[in-house]
This record gives sequence, C-alpha cells and structure tokens, in this order.
Amino acid sequence: MNPADHSYLGLPGPALQAVLLAMSLGLFSFIMWKRIGLLRLGAPDPRLDRIGTRLRKLLVVGFGQSRQPRYLVAGTLHITIFAGFLILSVRSVTLIGEGFRAGFSDIGAGYATFKDVTALIVLVCCLVAILRRLAFRPARYHDRYARDSHGHEAYIILGLIALLMVADAVFEGSAMVAGAGEAQGDAHPFLPLASGAASLLDGLSSGTLETLHLAGFWVHNGVLLFFLCYLPLSKHFHVITALPNVFLANLTPAGKVKPPRFDQPDLDKLDVLGVKTLEDFTWKHILDFYSCTDCGRCSDHCPAYFTGTPLSPRMISIKCRDEAYASYPVFGSVRPVDQRQALVGKTISDEELWACTTCGACEEACPVLIEYVDKIVDMRRFLVDEGRVPASLQKPMADLEKRGNPYGKPARRRGDWIGEQSKSGEEVTGDGCGVRALAPGDEAEYLFFTDSCAAYDPRIQETARAFGRVLRGAGANVGTMANDEVDSGHEVRRLGEEGLYEQLRDTNITAMRQRSFDCVVTTDPHAFNELTQSYELGQPVQHHSQVMAQLIREGRLRLRTAADDRVYTFHDPCYLGRHNDEYDAPREVLEGLGLKVVEMERSKNRSFCCGGGSLYLFYEGESERRMGEVRVEMAEKVGAEVVVTACPFCLINLEDAIKTTGREGSMEVIDLAELAERSLIE
Amino acid sequence: MEIIVCVKRVPNLSETEIEVDRDGRSLVDSDLEYDVNEWDNFAIEAAVQLKEARGARVTAITIGDEDSEDVLRRALAMGADEALHLMDTAFDGSDAWGIATALHRAIADRSFDLVLTGAISSDEARGHVGGMLAAMLDIPMVALVTSLSVDGTTATVRHEVEGGLERVTRIDLPALITVQTGLNEPRYVSIRGIRKVSGMEIPVRTAADLRLDASTVGAEAARVKVEEIFLPTRGEGAEMLDGDEESVVEALVERLQRAGGF
Amino acid sequence: MRKIFVVVERVKGEPDETAFELAAAARCLGDVTVSAVLMGDGVTEMAAELTRWFESVHVYDDPSLAEPDGEYQARILAPLIDGEKPFATLIPHTNTGMELAPMLAVRVNAPLIADAMSVDAAEGQEIRAVRTVFSGKVQARVAASADNGAVVSVRPGAFAASETPPEAGGAVHSQSIPDGVSPRRQYVETVSPDPSAVDISQAEVLVAVGRGIEDEENLELVHALATAMGAEVACTRPVVDKKWLEKTRQVGTSGVTVKPRVYLALGISGSFQHLGGIKGDPFIAAVNTDPAAPIFSVADVGIVGDILDLIPLLEEKIRQRRG
Repeated sequence: MNPADHSYLGLPGPALQAVLLAMSLGLFSFIMWKRIGLLRLGAPDPRLDRIGTRLRKLLVVGFGQSRQPRYLVAGTLHITIFAGFLILSVRSVTLIGEGFRAGFSDIGAGYATFKDVTALIVLVCCLVAILRRLAFRPARYHDRYARDSHGHEAYIILGLIALLMVADAVFEGSAMVAGAGEAQGDAHPFLPLASGAASLLDGLSSGTLETLHLAGFWVHNGVLLFFLCYLPLSKHFHVITALPNVFLANLTPAGKVKPPRFDQPDLDKLDVLGVKTLEDFTWKHILDFYSCTDCGRCSDHCPAYFTGTPLSPRMISIKCRDEAYASYPVFGSVRPVDQRQALVGKTISDEELWACTTCGACEEACPVLIEYVDKIVDMRRFLVDEGRVPASLQKPMADLEKRGNPYGKPARRRGDWIGEQSKSGEEVTGDGCGVRALAPGDEAEYLFFTDSCAAYDPRIQETARAFGRVLRGAGANVGTMANDEVDSGHEVRRLGEEGLYEQLRDTNITAMRQRSFDCVVTTDPHAFNELTQSYELGQPVQHHSQVMAQLIREGRLRLRTAADDRVYTFHDPCYLGRHNDEYDAPREVLEGLGLKVVEMERSKNRSFCCGGGSLYLFYEGESERRMGEVRVEMAEKVGAEVVVTACPFCLINLEDAIKTTGREGSMEVIDLAELAERSLIE
Repeated sequence: MEIIVCVKRVPNLSETEIEVDRDGRSLVDSDLEYDVNEWDNFAIEAAVQLKEARGARVTAITIGDEDSEDVLRRALAMGADEALHLMDTAFDGSDAWGIATALHRAIADRSFDLVLTGAISSDEARGHVGGMLAAMLDIPMVALVTSLSVDGTTATVRHEVEGGLERVTRIDLPALITVQTGLNEPRYVSIRGIRKVSGMEIPVRTAADLRLDASTVGAEAARVKVEEIFLPTRGEGAEMLDGDEESVVEALVERLQRAGGF
Repeated sequence: MRKIFVVVERVKGEPDETAFELAAAARCLGDVTVSAVLMGDGVTEMAAELTRWFESVHVYDDPSLAEPDGEYQARILAPLIDGEKPFATLIPHTNTGMELAPMLAVRVNAPLIADAMSVDAAEGQEIRAVRTVFSGKVQARVAASADNGAVVSVRPGAFAASETPPEAGGAVHSQSIPDGVSPRRQYVETVSPDPSAVDISQAEVLVAVGRGIEDEENLELVHALATAMGAEVACTRPVVDKKWLEKTRQVGTSGVTVKPRVYLALGISGSFQHLGGIKGDPFIAAVNTDPAAPIFSVADVGIVGDILDLIPLLEEKIRQRRG
C-alpha cells in the first residue's frame, strides 16, 4: 500500500516521483532565474557589510518574527503558522522521499508526535485565519486605492496549507486504520491529527483505505510541489524572499537617506537622477517589491494614508511588484520601457509621492523590513530633475537657494532672534537670551544650530530664546553662526533636490569650520538628524532634549518641580524618535520636573506624525484632515491637557490644530525648552 | 515652428526692505536678490510646452548686463534651444521704446512664428514693451493670455478682459502674445539642471552688432525720463481707530477709499 | 488750448467709468478741450450721450468693432491722431489699453507714459506723471515731451470722475475706418471663468476672512462686502479646512501668494504662515476682537471689534460712497 511500491499507469512510484520532482524543481528554478534576472538589472546597493549584525537581525526579526505581535491576533496566527512551517519542513522532505522508498518518512516517534501536534495547530490556525478574514474583514487587508484585489491569494494559500495538513492526516490516518489489527503490542506515538482522521475513516473497506492512503500522499506531494512554483508567482513570494530580505536589510540609521547612486558620487555625471523606471531602483529595492506580503501594516501606520491623501505605502510596493511581474514575465519576453506606462507619473502619481512626510512609520511597522523613504526620495529626485515640482513648493525651494531659508526672508536677519548685543557679545536689552553671535574665529562650548524655523518664525524664536536662557542658567557658553548659517537642507534633500542640498550643506560646513566649539546643539530634530547623519562633523551633535538631560544629570542644570497638576504628554518627533532612536532624553527631563505624564496610544516608535516633514507647511496636497488634528485628538483621548513637543514643526502644527479643532483653553502645546525655562532655578 | 521668448531679470522685492539710492533714481543694490520676471517664466514654459507638443525651436532673448545671463541659462535649463544676450552699455537706461527697439532689431531678421513675452514686468510695471515690439514688427498681438494652443499657423487664445471675463480669440501667426501668470505651471529648475546647461554658448550682441544707432537706445534716447523715485510715506504699526462703531467704520472706509480699495 | 483725446471703453453697453475719470485727468493738463474717442457697434446713441461730458466725440460705429480689439483699434486711431495732433491721448490702463496704448504710441511715434496715477503739464510741452514701480512699493516721477503729442495710459480709479457732467455740449464727429485697415484677430466668444478656478493672485483688492467669521452662513456678509468693493474674497487656512471656501482662495505659505493694493483682513489673527502669502506691501486694514493679534503689527489701520457687527455697516457705507 505504500506509494513507492505502486505503479501508476505503468509508471513505478519512484519513477513518477522523480518525474514530478524534476518538473517542479525545474519549473521553480526557471521562475526563480527569471525573477533574479530583474534583480541583476537594478542599481548597485552594498548590503554585505556587518555580517554579524545581519545574522542577529535575521534571527530576531526573521526567525523570531519580532514585529509580528504588534497586531496580536494576526501576529500570533502568523507566528504559529510560520513556526509550523519550519517544523513541518522536515516532514515535507521525508514525505517526498516516501515517494522513492517506503518508510522514508518514518524517522521516529518523537518527531512523529511533534509533527502531528504541529500539523493540528497549523490546521486550526488556517481555519481561524480564513474565518477571520471572511467574518471580520480587517480594514487594512483592503487598500483604499487597490484596483485589483489580491485578496483571493490569501485564501488560496491558507486553503492549500490546510489541504496539506489534511492530506497528510488522511495519509497517516488511513494507514492507522488499515494497520489497526496488526502489531497491537507496539506503543503508538501520540498523533492527534492523524488519529482524528483515523476515527473518521474507521470502518471503511481496505480497498478504500488504500486508495485514500495513496490519494493522501499524492495530494500532499502534488500540493507541495505546486506550492513551490506558485510562491514566486504570487504575493507569497515573501515565503522565499522574506528571510533574505531581512538579512539584507538597511543597516544605515533610519534617518539617513541613500545617495542617488552608490557607484557615482558626482550628480552631474548621472543620466537619470533618481528613479524613473523600474530598473533604476536598486536591486535590494526590487527585492523589497518581491517581499511585500500585502499585509497593509505600513499603510495602517501611515499618517498620510490615514488623513486621506493619495499615498498608500503598501500600494507603492504592490504597484511596483505588479509592474515587475508584468514587464519581466516568467513566460514571455521583457516589455521594453517605451511600451510601459510611466512608472513615476502614471502608475505612481506625482501627488502620491509629494504626500509623504518621510516620518518612517511604515518602515517601523513592516515585518520584513521593507524600506520606503529611500524609494520615495529617489522617485522625487527624478521629478525634481524633470522640473515636476508642485508650484507651492517651488517658491520655498527658490528662496532656500537664494536666501538660505524657505520663507524668503533676508539672510541678514537670520541672527535677529538673539536680541540686541553689544560689541563684546554681552546683551544690551534685558530680554536677551544668553546666546552670542559667533563671527569666524570665535569659539563657544555649544554651537546652537537654529535652522530656519527657529531663526525666522516668531513663535519658534521664543523657543530658541527659551533654550538659550536654559543653557545660560546652566552656565553653558552658547553661540550661533547667525547670518552665516543657512538651512540644514534636511527637507530639501528629502524632497529630491540633491543639488541644492549639497549647496546648503557645504555652506554650513564651511561656516562651521571657521568657528570652534565642543558640541553642536539644535532645537530642531530635522537639523539634528541631518547634521548627525550626513554632515560628518568631528564634534558630537545633540538635540536640545539630550543636552538638557545631560546637564541635569551633571548637576549643571537645576529645575524646580513644576507646580502644575495638569496631565502632560510627550509627542515624539519623528526625527528624534523613530529616525534617531531617542525616546528617553525628553522623558528624563519631564521626570525631573515632577509632572504627571501619560503616554498617548501611539508613542515612542509608533508616534503619529504631526504633518511637518517635506515642507508640508508650504505644500498641502489633497487630504481629508490634518495630521496635527488627528494627533491632538489622540492626546485628548488619554486625558492630556498639555502636549510637550521637541520640534518646531510639531509645535506649529499642534498649536494650529488646537485652534482649528476648538480646543483653545482646554489644551496647550509647549516646547520642552520653554517648559524647562519656566522651572529654572536661577 | 520658431518661437522667440523675451525674458527679463528683475529684483525680487517680496521680503526686502527697500532703500532708494542717493542718486534718487535707483534702488540700493546690496541686499537685492534677482530672478527671472515671473510673467516671463510662464512665457518660457509656454514655449517649451509647444516645443514638446509639436516640435519647435525656442530662442530666449534678454537685454541686460552680465548677470542677466542667469535668466537665459534658466530658460535653457527649462528646455529652450538657444539664447541670445543683448548686452551693451548703450542699452543702459533705455525706456520701453528703447527696449522694444533693440528687441525689434534682434528679431526682425530672424524667421519666427511666435514671439512670447510676459504681460508685464514686476520692476517697471508698464506692460507695454510687448505691444510696442509687435507694432514695430508689424505683426498682430494679443495681451494677457491665459491659455494658448497652436494649430498649424493659427493660435487660439483665451485672454483676460474687463469685468473678470475672458475672451477666446484666434490670431494668425506670426504674432506676438503677452502672457499672464497662471497660463501654465512652470517647471522647476534644479541646481543640477542649471549645471547641465552651464557649458552652452550664449552669443552676445552689442548695439553695433545689431546695426543699431546708439542714439535710438539708452538713457539719452529715452522719451520717458525718470526724474526720481521715492518711497511713499508710511507709519509704523497699525493706526488703531477708536470710537463708536459708526465713526470707526466711517474712518476705515475713508482710509480704504484713499488707498484705492474700491 | 490743448487738445486732449480720451479713449472711451464700453462695459455692458455703457461707457466705462474710466472714461469720466480720464476726463478729469485731462483737466490736470492745463487749459484743455477734451475729446472722446468711442469705438463700437451701434454706439451712435452713446456718442450723443457723451457730448454732455466731452467737447467733442469722435465715433467709429462698425460691426467689426463690436468686441474690443486693442490691436485693431490702434491701427484705426493712428491716422486720427496723426491728423488731429492732440497734445495728449489718454487711454485707460486696462487689459485692452495694454494692447491699444503701446501699439498706438509706436504707430504715431509718440512717447508713452504707462499707468499714471497723477499727471500735470505745468512746464511747457512736458507732461509729468507719477506712477508705481517695483511691485507697487516705490513711486516714480516721470516726464515726457509732448512736442509730437504723447500717449498716457491712466490707472483706473486713480482719478475721481466729477459727479455731474460739465454739459460740454460738444459735437459728434462720425469717423470711418481707414482704408485697408481690418481686424487681424478673430473673435470667437466670451467666457466667464470657472468660479471654482478663481485666481486671487492677480486681484488688486482682497477682502480676506479668517476664523473670526465663526460660521459658514456669515460668509454671505463677506461676499456682499466684496461685491460692493469690487474685490475678491480670500481667506485663511482654517476656513478652507472647514470647506467653507475653496482652496484657491486661501492666502498663505501653503496657499496662494497675493500682491494686492489693498488687503482687508477680517477676523484674521495674522499668523506667520498666513502673512507669508502677502507680498508687495499692500495697504492692510484689519478688524479683530483681539487687540494683541499679530495682524495689527503689520496692518496700516486697525479696529478692535466684532466683524459680524462691522461688516454690514462697512458695506453700507461703501455702497453709499460709490453711489
């Protein structure tokens, strides 16, 4: 009754198995070779450094499925099915062998039990997963912008996995029933699933049992071999590519943006700047498209998607993958670029790309570590090169070029916020803030890089002055480059104007080299990010929350306990938190003030963007709501009366949101520095 | 199709504090930023769009000093095929007539189907050079065009007329069109884009090259002479109006009318 | 006696207000006789009416002149100007005027002063005028010789038309279109621009409203005021967010950049982002309930008060003045 011992239409079992195996492996190899073919056309991307870190990531995120539990039910189901998949892989191999030699799959009672218990759990999980999809229809599975639903693929896969379990159970169970009369003395291993099948098959004739036994085997076999080839043709390609994708993940800091091309640092020598067609993406980004599981977690965390802009990060991956499959089909010839719809512009619209604030919530949520910000920046680079910049962004960008700030205010007013100073740098007016303007050759302990918001926006100037006074209270020596400073270029770079970014950065670096300082500090996380990641300064760069925390620890900064029993909450700025992993310093400062602090639902690395990135203050595409208003509602939900920010954009957006949602009087926004200043012990 | 676009480099005064120079006839230059006249930018974009749609050759022309080359490079970066720089101290101080005269000489000997200019420039704010140039070339013109399409040798335009209305008009080429803002969405010119055209040669023409009698251009030849420029007097901060509703509104209406509010 | 010609434009079958403003401007040029030039189709009656205001009226009545065509008008008028040799020809600095004035000036070889706000001819044969330059921030005094006649385009609204006609009782001279002169443009149709595509960036006068308007219904008051002033309605971002007005009316760094001559800010606090959209240093009048609102530090004139009370009163008084 063993499959290997039978003949099928004249073909002996092992021969049939050999043919099937050869066909399957052959087809699989062919499909994989085609898929890899596109990867080889992609731009270079160095990903084989720091092998130790990569292995660790593979272990934790890949095998450990560390990102799955964020969605508890789906996460648990997935982890279980994934673990089951690994455990049952041995069974799958041995069952294939069973087609060549009877008894191949018998490797001991221990594994037999282990396998069977696992199979039962997996079967149950599959059924739960199917029912859950049908009954609860979780919103994130159906993207607002999806034109073709790939949803049916989920049912196919879950169904096939379930079928594998059932087929194996029938194979085992039928044998159990058939051999029930023999060898009663042997101890039977505990096989709950197989036993369950056996009990259903009990009483059938031996002929039927034999047919079922063979059927169970060949169905399992067939499904497995079909599965192998189906994976790289569907969204479940991730089963094969996910682990490599995690291993090859981006190890540079989240806030750092990739250079336009790794193999050509000179912008002027590039034909195409950024990404115009599929082949302009790096090979790793193309692998990302293959690895997208269409789970929707990225879009579920995306503030732009949440507020109704045309952007859905997941759709970028799915559309690019569909384009890859269509232009580089497994069967058929490659579709040349001029016969394709424009990837950037038509398939992915300009508006989708401009709607991103680069907050990074999508990357933080993705279980297989797909990168988004770099891709969007690359596509924006192409748009900028073509001149396709929205009119509302052209003016601030032109102003950044001519005057070093997006407001178009004169460069010689950049240092005005400091207040009147006498020649020796001492303040003349009483409401000065202890910050000096540093001429070339001057020195200070801290170089305060204000960036454009703090220098020109009257509301944010207050924050800068407050911080100045805090540092003065700590006896620190602070200076600023005043009119020699220009915008850090952080936003401009992420908008894709790499040439302008380089110009701004070089101007700042030259000005910095003319002054001496121990450390750079800034109240703007965007400036903090760019100076830290890309300016390559010799001196350390710190955000003002970090400086204050450090000064408190050193005893240089003393704050009295705030006499305020309102409920406070801290809004993590994207570029301090997610992109630079700093969640503790601001909380340390708040703790020192003895305030009642609660955490919002989405805090720390899940913080919801205020809508400040990508010069959103100047550009607003279509959206149904403002991100700031959504955030303010989240604050209200946890009963917060004061929202503490550590970023000028967050401050502006949240203050605006409080006004537009009529919460003036019931909620206040304040910067960490202003809060500290109020509590300064002189 | 041959298109000529006339462009001008003007100071960008939006955030600057303006100071009149001691000679009383020009602005203090030190803090001024310059850029292409906004209306002219729309004209360049219109020309390049026509080129992309129907295949045309676009030439950008300016009159100005060395710095004016910037606006020509910008036009090239946007897609113009060539540029022409009319540069000569003889042109300094030209009034609209002098400018139109020089442009006329530069253009008259060339073959062209369409001349595009901005409707008005932000510095002199006359809006007349286009019309003068058209009269000198003896070609028809239409001003303040908000939409433009070309079919064969006819252009169909929408242009602004009084009462907030627009008129649809057909005009045979060759013709001159002055362009209103909002005609299109001018493309952005990136730093890299400018660098890409930095090597292109831009021929320079003096008055002599144009066979222009120097007495027909420049300050001496100007028929409208600027005697002086001055800043209108203004106070600091708002003048707060006090009193009962009736008198306060009355005072406000008075101020509004004086300022040209209605 | 200096002969001054005034070009009359027509709006909705009536002579445009500018005709009478230019008549007043003409009287600034010394001892003058003022003639009107009227072009149109079926305008003989209008020409007769105009004799109450002008010492003579030259009228061209022809179907080809039904729609204003500055380019065509220039070629028609050139021989008249050449023949009559007026001291000055005044043309309103309107959209049509921007075609007519320069083309006429070249054809009659006369200097052209553009967009004059004030004129005088005290010194001999020179016409002097004041005009604005540099986005309206600076004024310039210019002069041109009227030896060969001069053309002056005059800013609409800069001169006040006299309340009553001087009953000049002039004659109507019927003129015919010169031989060989025909339109070089073909009129197709007149269109109203799509109201949702309003472009406030070119508006001269703006009535801007902010959150102080409180409710969508109250916007009626603002629209009525704007109509009374001949102004466009603009707003701040919160008003657009509430979908009370279209995004095309939003002034600010993330909205439209405007360069009006006059900006009436109602219930607007004056945030940095909003003010960033206002260029060119207009005359700003602000009304707000909060005396500390930042708008007052950039406005020229301010009232601390409730716009819901003041707007109707404002509208009434403006209508009175406009007559």
